[in-house]
Amino acid sequence: MQKKTDFDKIERAVRVRGILANTVLYVLLTLWAVMVLFPFYWMILTSVKSYGAYNSEYIPQLYTLAPTLGNYIDAFTAVPLARYLLNTLIFTAATTGLMLLVTVLAAFGFARLSFRGRDLVFTLFLALMMIPSELVVITNYVTITNWGLRNSFAGLILPSVTSVFYIYLLRENFAQVPDELYYAAKVDGTSDFKYLWKVMLPICRPTLVTITILKAIECWNSYVWPRLITDNEAYYLVSGGIQSIRENGFGRENIPAMMAAVVVISLPLIVLFLIFRNKIMEGVSRGGTKG
Amino acid sequence: MEKNNLKGWLYLLPAALFLGFFLVYPLIDVFVYSFEEGYNSASQTYFGVGLYNYGYVLHDPYFLQAVKNTFLLVAITVPLSTCLALLISMGLSAIPRLQKLYQTIYFLPYVTNTLAVGLVFMILFKKTAYTDGLINLLINRFGGASVDFIDGPYWAKMFVLCFYTIWVVLPFKILILTSALASVNRDYYNAAKVDGTPAWRIFTRITLPMISPTVFYLVITGFIGAFKAYSDAVALFGTDLNAAGMNTIVGYVYDMLYGNSGGYPSYASAAAILLFAIVLTITCINLLVSKKHVHYS
Amino acid sequence: MKVVLQDLTKKFPGRGKNAQQEVVAVDGFTFEIPDGKLVGLLGPSGCGKSTTLNLLCGLLKPTSGKIFFGEDDVTGLPAEKRGVGLVFQNYALYPHLTVLQNILFPLQNLRGRERPAKEEMLRRAKEAADLVQIGELLDRRPSELSGGQQQRVAIARALVKMPRVLLLDEPLSNLDARLRLQTREEIRRIQRETGITTVFVTHDQDEAMSISDIIVVMKNGVVQQIDKPQAVYDDPSNLFVAQFLGTPPIHVFNGRVEGGRLYIGNQAVLPAPGLPDQPVTAAVRPEGFALDEQGPLACNLTRVEIMGRDISVVCTHPDCENTAIRAIISAENRVDTAQPTVRFSLKPGKVFLFTADTQARLRPAQEG
Repeated sequence: MQKKTDFDKIERAVRVRGILANTVLYVLLTLWAVMVLFPFYWMILTSVKSYGAYNSEYIPQLYTLAPTLGNYIDAFTAVPLARYLLNTLIFTAATTGLMLLVTVLAAFGFARLSFRGRDLVFTLFLALMMIPSELVVITNYVTITNWGLRNSFAGLILPSVTSVFYIYLLRENFAQVPDELYYAAKVDGTSDFKYLWKVMLPICRPTLVTITILKAIECWNSYVWPRLITDNEAYYLVSGGIQSIRENGFGRENIPAMMAAVVVISLPLIVLFLIFRNKIMEGVSRGGTKG
Repeated sequence: MEKNNLKGWLYLLPAALFLGFFLVYPLIDVFVYSFEEGYNSASQTYFGVGLYNYGYVLHDPYFLQAVKNTFLLVAITVPLSTCLALLISMGLSAIPRLQKLYQTIYFLPYVTNTLAVGLVFMILFKKTAYTDGLINLLINRFGGASVDFIDGPYWAKMFVLCFYTIWVVLPFKILILTSALASVNRDYYNAAKVDGTPAWRIFTRITLPMISPTVFYLVITGFIGAFKAYSDAVALFGTDLNAAGMNTIVGYVYDMLYGNSGGYPSYASAAAILLFAIVLTITCINLLVSKKHVHYS
Repeated sequence: MKVVLQDLTKKFPGRGKNAQQEVVAVDGFTFEIPDGKLVGLLGPSGCGKSTTLNLLCGLLKPTSGKIFFGEDDVTGLPAEKRGVGLVFQNYALYPHLTVLQNILFPLQNLRGRERPAKEEMLRRAKEAADLVQIGELLDRRPSELSGGQQQRVAIARALVKMPRVLLLDEPLSNLDARLRLQTREEIRRIQRETGITTVFVTHDQDEAMSISDIIVVMKNGVVQQIDKPQAVYDDPSNLFVAQFLGTPPIHVFNGRVEGGRLYIGNQAVLPAPGLPDQPVTAAVRPEGFALDEQGPLACNLTRVEIMGRDISVVCTHPDCENTAIRAIISAENRVDTAQPTVRFSLKPGKVFLFTADTQARLRPAQEG
């Protein structure tokens, strides 16, 4: 019997330790979740506080009893927020669309067609991946300025279109499609282009979705290039817009209105993320890089 | 086959044009710029060829400040964010029930606009005439004195910058590490459990070696990303980073190119090439170190 | 070490569509494994044999019931406190460690008084390696070993801490046919030499028959029969066991008992003394057929296959549930393939009767 109680004690100790560890784990994980969510809460909260209420709070309140949508009206009327959003939408759609077209054609060229020097071209091409954008932005700035494309969508979009990495990603995916499919299509008299459109693209849809999502996020949040190439408010994207709001928007420092603008700018991507959560996270872990 | 050849090049043509104009040509050109002395962007003329631009940049106190800031940022955020991400993803993989929910929350910063959320951080940390800000209130609650994190002492500004940078880069790292952890065969853990392996030993002898390629990948991309830090700083301290003393190397490049102190593409080129050299060196060191410690199955 | 399972039951919560319905993986398993025996848990996939193994090693907790190692109740103990050695189906060797480091791993986990000195650990690791005959491979990595060698390393790693019970999960399923024969002899030898009570899981009857001291046949979480290998084959307790063991499989006839005789069709084929009249299922082993021109069982001859030592007569019978009957008879017999029918008499010891409804075994009274 001596032994039996001994075992009981071990058993109980193990169970207690398990529960304790689990509790600590949940507390820590929740703590970080709060750290992540708090800025979002704070920006929404501040955006519905009235200007007067916000400025009279020496000690910021963690909630508000008199929410107002006035700041949102300010955000859309006092500064051209709608313009920024529209610009960003045009920029994102055009850049992503062009990128898809160029990427698909190039990846198909590399993966399917055999021409002399293909491997050499591809090796050179892979080497391009190592070029940091900071190096080329200088000349691009000068080029676009010389072409007179400052403050234009062409100037914004053109240098942002190609991504070596996405071409590489798609080519790898294309290369996995068995050659037999291509030969079968050839025997049936299918043209290369039709084969690409009807066979390759549907098979490689997940990769296409991935690069579309990644590129769209990148475009929506891009700041550096738009800031260099635009100094006319009419062509500002949301990032540049928010910076200009911060520095000279709303006359005085109207933080609630600023936060309303921030909410409006952040919302589209967050909503998109919540809808396509799994696709986006899967896509990013497959081919994303940031920071 | 002759026809195919032509077609193949045709498919590549758009990509080749874009890359040629906006990647290859600029790459060559940036070196040219960096050696052209006294380049005038209005008249597009220069006096001579030499290393003067590099010399100027290396003696520019703003550049030295930017280098110092960038190195500090890298040295603090890369190890910290990697370790933190590792801890969090280990925690996540231990809670199968709520894992999806927490993962979704943790991923949110990835899809947000760095500039926009930076503003929120700014008002949380900023001390103004009206209010000390929420963070300072917390500090007061625990008996500390208020600090202006945005316009105050250097260490405070550096702290906010590091904190925000980590907040921004963690989602990606957590996501990648969580999927790496999930791909480790459960049998290894079961085997270790049957053998009575203590938790710490499971971590150091099994988990870490198994995910070491991923950790290493994150460290390398983390270094590269942190060296290119810029928009986080803009978000917190505004576009005039030199005045705030919080400029980064990339910020210095852009400021030289454009803005209040802009119009000097030669200096910008020299600084960009210096940055590239630094990143290349660090990456090579990383690769050498990893040869010894990373297990590729 | 004696191992006792007492009314062991494991239920899993249902998933997806059947969320309300829980799955009973192991149902009321009671069994006492005598010290030092090699026990084979045999059954089709999903029968609960792997769950039983995981309950034994402590990776799963039973829903009810108890497990004893010797006199110790280990039911609530976590895996690491039980002192079991477990060999995984895919071996689970740490790919980044050498063979020696893999074998040393369990010893290095020990703390305090239990932890042997460095030289002692090395000695024991080498001893375990020698036992499984991989002494020359200690510096290799698992990826540089063949499947059979990896299997040996996994066994050495399980043995090095001198477990009270050794558990093997499908130990041979990842090996090719030739290695399988060799390795199962090896497992038998190692078990004999160490005398450790060993339980292994398999779905392969040959594997279980050839090396076990005791076979446990399971189906849908319920133990069907526990016996010596030959006894499981010669004296199955129900139709499932009879059908699961033996290649070619046993032949199942729909018959009836009438007046103390077994009828298949209208022919009385065997005496069945002491059994009440009832419909029955009669199962006949392939070697239970004897060519007999006057035999009661007439089958339609399909073809004859010569297999050297034996010949197998392939034929059909309207009351047989198998699509074809394969009677294995000695090659000395001659079968006239020109004839449309072939007649057999049945060997009484190779025919088992089961009730037609519950398929439990019926045993006729022994004759004289």
